[in-house]
Amino acid sequence: MNKKTSSLVQRLTLTPYSVWAVLFIVVPLVFVAYYAFTDSSFAFTTDNITRFFTATSVVDDGETVREVHTYLVIFMRSLKLAVISTVICLLMGYPLAYIMARAPEKTQKILLTLIMIPMWMNFLIRTYAWMTILQDKGILNGFLTALHLRPVHVIGTESAVIIGMVYDYFPYMVLPIYSVMAKLDVRLLEAASDLGCPGPSVLRRVIWPLSIPGVLSGVTMVLVPSISTFYISQKLGNGKFFLIGDAIEGQYVANNLHFAAAIAFILMVILLVCMALMQKLANRKLIVA
Amino acid sequence: MKKIIELKNITKSFDGEVVLDNISLDIYDNEFITLLGPSGCGKTTTLRIIGGFETPDSGDVIFMGEDIKDVPPYKRNVNTVFQRYALFPHLNVFENVAFSLREKKVPKDEIKRKVTEMLTLVALKGFEKRSVTSLSGGQQQRVAIARALVNQPKVLLLDEPLAALDLKLRKDMQVELKNIQKATGITFVFVTHDQEEALSMSDTVVVMSEGRIQQIGTPVDIYNEPTNAFVADFIGESNILDGVMLEDRKVSFAGQVFECVDEGFDRREPVDVVVRPEDVDIVPADRGMLKGVVTSVTFLGVHYEIIVDIDGFKWMIQTTDFWDVDETIGLVIEPDAIHVMKKSEYSGMFGDYSTFSDEMEEIGEVEIEELAEIEERGGNRTESGKTDE
Amino acid sequence: MKRASKIYTALMMIFLFAPIAILVVFSFNDAKSLSVFSGFSLHWYRELFRDAETLKAVRNTLVLAVSAALISTAMGTAAAVGINRLRNKVLRQVMDSVTNIPMINPDIITGISLMLMFVFVGRLFGAATSLNFGTMLIAHITFCLPYVILQVLPKLQQMDKSLPEAAMDLGCTPFRAFLKAVLPEIMPGVITGLIMAFTLSLDDFVISYFTSGNGFQTLPIRIYNMTKKTVTPKMYALATIIFFVILTLLLVSNLYDEDEVQRRRAARQIRKASKEEKT
Repeated sequence: MNKKTSSLVQRLTLTPYSVWAVLFIVVPLVFVAYYAFTDSSFAFTTDNITRFFTATSVVDDGETVREVHTYLVIFMRSLKLAVISTVICLLMGYPLAYIMARAPEKTQKILLTLIMIPMWMNFLIRTYAWMTILQDKGILNGFLTALHLRPVHVIGTESAVIIGMVYDYFPYMVLPIYSVMAKLDVRLLEAASDLGCPGPSVLRRVIWPLSIPGVLSGVTMVLVPSISTFYISQKLGNGKFFLIGDAIEGQYVANNLHFAAAIAFILMVILLVCMALMQKLANRKLIVA
Repeated sequence: MKKIIELKNITKSFDGEVVLDNISLDIYDNEFITLLGPSGCGKTTTLRIIGGFETPDSGDVIFMGEDIKDVPPYKRNVNTVFQRYALFPHLNVFENVAFSLREKKVPKDEIKRKVTEMLTLVALKGFEKRSVTSLSGGQQQRVAIARALVNQPKVLLLDEPLAALDLKLRKDMQVELKNIQKATGITFVFVTHDQEEALSMSDTVVVMSEGRIQQIGTPVDIYNEPTNAFVADFIGESNILDGVMLEDRKVSFAGQVFECVDEGFDRREPVDVVVRPEDVDIVPADRGMLKGVVTSVTFLGVHYEIIVDIDGFKWMIQTTDFWDVDETIGLVIEPDAIHVMKKSEYSGMFGDYSTFSDEMEEIGEVEIEELAEIEERGGNRTESGKTDE
Repeated sequence: MKRASKIYTALMMIFLFAPIAILVVFSFNDAKSLSVFSGFSLHWYRELFRDAETLKAVRNTLVLAVSAALISTAMGTAAAVGINRLRNKVLRQVMDSVTNIPMINPDIITGISLMLMFVFVGRLFGAATSLNFGTMLIAHITFCLPYVILQVLPKLQQMDKSLPEAAMDLGCTPFRAFLKAVLPEIMPGVITGLIMAFTLSLDDFVISYFTSGNGFQTLPIRIYNMTKKTVTPKMYALATIIFFVILTLLLVSNLYDEDEVQRRRAARQIRKASKEEKT
């Protein structure tokens, strides 16, 4: 093919997408920064950013009355719940992914389909299902009462929010780990065994290090949506546990677009830093292990 | 010589298909033994049973006097060089070789000493920190060997280790492997489908076909005294003819009676007669024991390979003299060029270079397979449709 | 599988499906209770089908998902072809990074960022409300595009590079060569991309929430609005229907696979028979 047609093809195929990507991926992010650093008359200001770090509110938990940094507390809470949920997903999902990858092919296919079915259901519905279960007069307590056990109060606690996050994002942890493990060369496991490794040792020295890319993408796929969610906390936390997503949504609903943009901007920067760190850590681990 | 491994009446099948049919084999200390056969003959399965990756359906695996049939691979004093190496991609060269030592919690300085020693043995000193994925095929091969040898196993199993290398490198590695075996004194069990490789490297060759052992012997024995038509055809080129043993040292085939060196057959016993293409002398037509017409000539550098039609049977003959197509020539076969074999299930299947040659057979097969494949796809070009088999 | 593995897998499946099972059961509940099942009834299904707003939301969702999937697949496939041919390393890196942004960014940020831009541009033109079907469609195409590209690109990389060249050598124009030689090769990726785009669009709530106008409701937004107030089991009925639609789709696609297997087995037998005949 001559150079002229080649560059023509390139232009025809790449141009629409490039224009689209600039207009609707890059420019909107610029707008986030623009709104974050301007006031309602679009004059430059850092007030929105400062507000995030300095705004305080009074908390009365019945015993003491304290003044706290509103948004920092919200952010730390989001981070805490998201990290806990991610760790639980990993602890629950890794064994499942391992079992699936070692199962007969037909079983693998069935399990894969089963795991994907809840993913296809909207997460609003999934979250709502847990609300039904965990309510004070919900199914869980009905069940406990029937067994003559004391009913538990879960809804409106941090545990409820964590349960919701784990349930909603569990498949996103299992699938990437599974796909890495399923591709793992069986001969590598045989080689490890041949070189004197019993089962647990094979898991620690070969399977785990080789599955780290899957674990990383699983962790990202669970951490990012759970740190930024705003529906789960509203429904399962009874609105008592404001998360960073709730803060953004709240400001949007109140039409405080500039402050909403500022929170989104900060969240984005922090997530970028987190991901860069994680990638670095993973690279180092790969070399050391 | 001491027996180190004994396989006794091993049978193994996968999904109802018999892969190993009652095979027995003794492997001696310090020997280079090769399992040779076409794909699907059961040679790799035999190796994997010794390595502990497969359990036989029946039979015993004795290792230095002990039955190890149920001992897992990680407890066997046997190491494997895998086909396409199976190096750990997350570890560098040093760590790959050190893998088993770390498992055994060997002290650090000893690990360093042993790994360095092994890397020197395979001529990879200075490559310690390199990632295994950055190495060439030949270098990966050496790492795999070093990794398997560092543990000083009693037996090293090699599963077609040279198959992925190009011809030149393969030849070099053949020599090197043989040298390593001599230097270390470890028993090598080598699996290959390449008969030349088997003949040039081994002390003992085990020829396998369809899950059974056809012959065990030294390379020279296997070549000169094949036990049946399969072995004769698989190892080198052979003209295999129907014959009748008239009496000791006298056999008739191709319509003539020949003197030979074989004894111990029944009178008038039907036999297979092997004549190697390089053992036939060509003389002018009127002086030959047999007379035939040249039907094709192929120049192969060192010699010509000519096909001669003698009463409808096509012989292959290798000669350094040029003979033209359609020339009538005579053949002389000395007594020691004739090898007589008992009839077997393989009789009549090999050794005739006539019109229905191997190539033709393969073409026919491919066509039928292609037809079936088109049928399979059903015009449906999905990804799964292509990769399923 | 070992016994412990089986038990563990079963527990995980119970965890995944118990909530869904509860929704399904209570959608048939006679009463409004969320914890006591008082009797079988189709009451809530009748309610659901009388709910014009929900039905309209279903239609909206389908229209949006089909449009977004088709447009993003066409544009994404073209983009993948272009990206695959990029020889400039820096440009390629930039392309890859930009494509990754919507996948890495939390949905809430993608939603907010698009919303801010739409509002700003709308205000420039003096529109009171600039969010409508159009803005939502743009948003959906934007977050579907990377997934389409990610499905098609590997197929292009696996493809024999000389295929389009061979087609052109045999007299095809570049465009015809793409249609006749390249497209069939990458079709599995294109189809997967299309399906992914469709389902992503169907399922999206967060981005739709920020980019939809008041008038245009998709099903997830409708569900959100329904669950905002006190909830009737009407929602359960909706969830149940969605669940069974998904289940049917997955079963059908599996059955289709089963067909494939059958045909293959038959073909193998034919081949075996013909081989035996020969010997």
